[in-house]
Amino acid sequence: MDVAIALLVGAFMTLGIFLMLSRSVIRMLLGLALLGNGINLLIFVSGRLSREAPPIVPPGAYVPEGAIANPLPQALILTAIVIGFAMFAYLLILGMRAYQSLDADHTDTMRLAEPEDGPRPPLSY
Amino acid sequence: MSSIIFSAMARLFFWAMLAVSIFILYRGHDEPGGGFVGGLVAACSVAILALADGVPSARGMIRVHPVILVGIGLVLAIVSGLPGLVLDASFLTHQWLEFPNGFKLGTTMIFDLGVYLVVFGGFLSLVFRLYEEVS
Amino acid sequence: MIDFIIEHAVVWPVAVPITAAALAAMFWLRQDIQRLVSMVGLVLMLGASLLLLVTVMQDGVQARQFGSWAAPFGISFAADLLSAAMVMITGVLAVAVGVFGLADIRKREEHSGFHPLFLGMLTSVNGAFLTGDIFNLYVWFEIMLITAMGLLVLGKTRAQLDGTLKYAVLNLFSTLLFLLAVAILYGATGSLNMADLSRILATTEPSAALTLSAALFLAGFGIKAGYFPLFFWLPASYHTASITISAIFAGLLTKVGVYACFRVFTLMFEIEGSGLREAMVVIAAGTMLFGVFGAAVQWDVRRILSFHIVSQIGYMLLGLAIATPLAIAGAVFYIVHHIIVKANLFLVAGAIYRATGTYDLRKSGGLMRTNPLLAALFLIPAISLAGLPPLSGFWAKFLVIDASFQGGENWLAAVALFVGVLTLYSMSKIWIEAFWKAPPGVRQTARPVPVLMLLPIAALGAITVTIGLSPEPFIQYAQAAAETLVNPEAYIVAVLGESAGPGVEIAFDPATASPIIIEESVQ
Repeated sequence: MDVAIALLVGAFMTLGIFLMLSRSVIRMLLGLALLGNGINLLIFVSGRLSREAPPIVPPGAYVPEGAIANPLPQALILTAIVIGFAMFAYLLILGMRAYQSLDADHTDTMRLAEPEDGPRPPLSY
Repeated sequence: MSSIIFSAMARLFFWAMLAVSIFILYRGHDEPGGGFVGGLVAACSVAILALADGVPSARGMIRVHPVILVGIGLVLAIVSGLPGLVLDASFLTHQWLEFPNGFKLGTTMIFDLGVYLVVFGGFLSLVFRLYEEVS
Repeated sequence: MIDFIIEHAVVWPVAVPITAAALAAMFWLRQDIQRLVSMVGLVLMLGASLLLLVTVMQDGVQARQFGSWAAPFGISFAADLLSAAMVMITGVLAVAVGVFGLADIRKREEHSGFHPLFLGMLTSVNGAFLTGDIFNLYVWFEIMLITAMGLLVLGKTRAQLDGTLKYAVLNLFSTLLFLLAVAILYGATGSLNMADLSRILATTEPSAALTLSAALFLAGFGIKAGYFPLFFWLPASYHTASITISAIFAGLLTKVGVYACFRVFTLMFEIEGSGLREAMVVIAAGTMLFGVFGAAVQWDVRRILSFHIVSQIGYMLLGLAIATPLAIAGAVFYIVHHIIVKANLFLVAGAIYRATGTYDLRKSGGLMRTNPLLAALFLIPAISLAGLPPLSGFWAKFLVIDASFQGGENWLAAVALFVGVLTLYSMSKIWIEAFWKAPPGVRQTARPVPVLMLLPIAALGAITVTIGLSPEPFIQYAQAAAETLVNPEAYIVAVLGESAGPGVEIAFDPATASPIIIEESVQ
């Protein structure tokens, strides 16, 4: 089980990085999202996988009965997913806005902030 | 895009989803659910309305600017942590009022309501912005 | 009441700005109320920072847990001397930049939510300085990123969209690397509390997972801080924002990355013996050199200053790489000096823009004659940045270079001195082009610079001069801060309580990766 998930993490990250190397903004964003999901899975594996009961305290009790799965990675992943979701939504809007006003989905043509070939300053005064 | 069928159904779904979201918010503490999921469902209800009738009419439906809801939610969440700070010397330690008939009311409810509003407002401001970009 | 406030000193620097941000968001349509809330919030935050600094100096490391979850299970906040100094400097800078913003921020930018975003960003910066939990640090990084993106793109110009997209993608990638490092570290140790990790890692055998985690931390924080060769997003984006925002970014954001490096590589990982030191030394030299070379070919004041942020970051990393108490003290002093000076230079650039109507040095000029006060106010941070005596930059560079000689890295000291000379070249370029040179073409008279702009510039300049003329208390403070960083026992005991010694013994169960309590306290 661990090996299967580990391979899946590897696949997610490979695809994510491959997409991020693209010059198209939208592919870059998809790559980031994939990479983030790969890392979320990795957190899940690093909390150790087990087939035990969900970490829920039964009514009336103060501690769970018997062995339970490690609840911490689930909390961490939930946080990371929420943040990743908000970030991705924001980046999508940003990318879309950039596409509309710069008329470019290609990072090589985005040179507004850093114009090419300005004159060089003097070497001495 | 304007379709009478979609528009009419969207109105129906808007109220149904809003009710469901409040139910999810309410059962959230001891059972699956809570402010985050509730807020997402509520935001989806308005998003459907915006899809059917356009963003301006959806904005009119919720009346206040979404960011104001984020602010109110954040204030509620902070306030819900204060009783713990005063009584127990640890911020966000939640306090419970237990009534004789077994009904329990806690500051977690206020916190969850805050989360509900933050998610609702935050998600909506993103959705509105996205729809306005497209159209 | 007073006791209550002092007892929770570590909470207020985060609680005050987040409340102010929430209130500012509540009054979304009323910019005048937002401005009031923002100003009151900033002043209260300055007070909270001062309180924290005094408390930490008197009573040692402060720590608090949230939600009655005892460390290491819950989220802890902890402030040692370094954190307190960073929070203090954040408070000072926030007020200065906030006042400058009153004169600089346009109505349109205020309307797009400058105040809530600004306060939200300050919250996340203070949170990152104060948290004692590595995953919580990740959360603060993400909040910082999303508020910073919002601030960068506030004016909605085309250049801003371009810069923000590059900023966002590369910084999001850096936080993902950071999260990856946290995941691997959690898998290897089963804890997320930094003080607890410090204890666990001290007794853990080195393994491939830990080395990988350390390298990923360095890469993740490296992008954030602008280390060579990962700095290129910084000069591509910082200059596009409105100058108030550039100033607070230049002062604080990269330094959060530097701070995180200091925290992780003093508290948790050993720099010696893992190959990290060799890597850091090369990175530090590259950062210093390439930053200053980049600045040399620029004409835009803001881009020159952006490249200088990169070059100055190298000096701080230099201190961390050498890792002797003297070097770390030098780096701490350098960070404090740099935040003030760099933000001040950006504010001066804003004033130059206000006076001449351009950031391009070729088109400006003649300010020496038309605005001599501004010229004097520029000279203070400029000379300090270049490291000439008697200003704060001299002492900062002196400490770091002295430490590299004593640490046996003579060539690094040579690089640092060479970079100092080139920094002087860039500063004199701004001086000659903007202040001395006769203005090109038909002369339009320089517009007056509002007092609200000159006031914060003068105040920050006064701090620079004060540090320069009486560096002794600041150096002593930096040495004490370095002492607690090199020997983190006080930090660990403050966070974990007495359980750090005998008492509750928390062990790590490799089968489930969850910490288990072996032995209850017998107090």
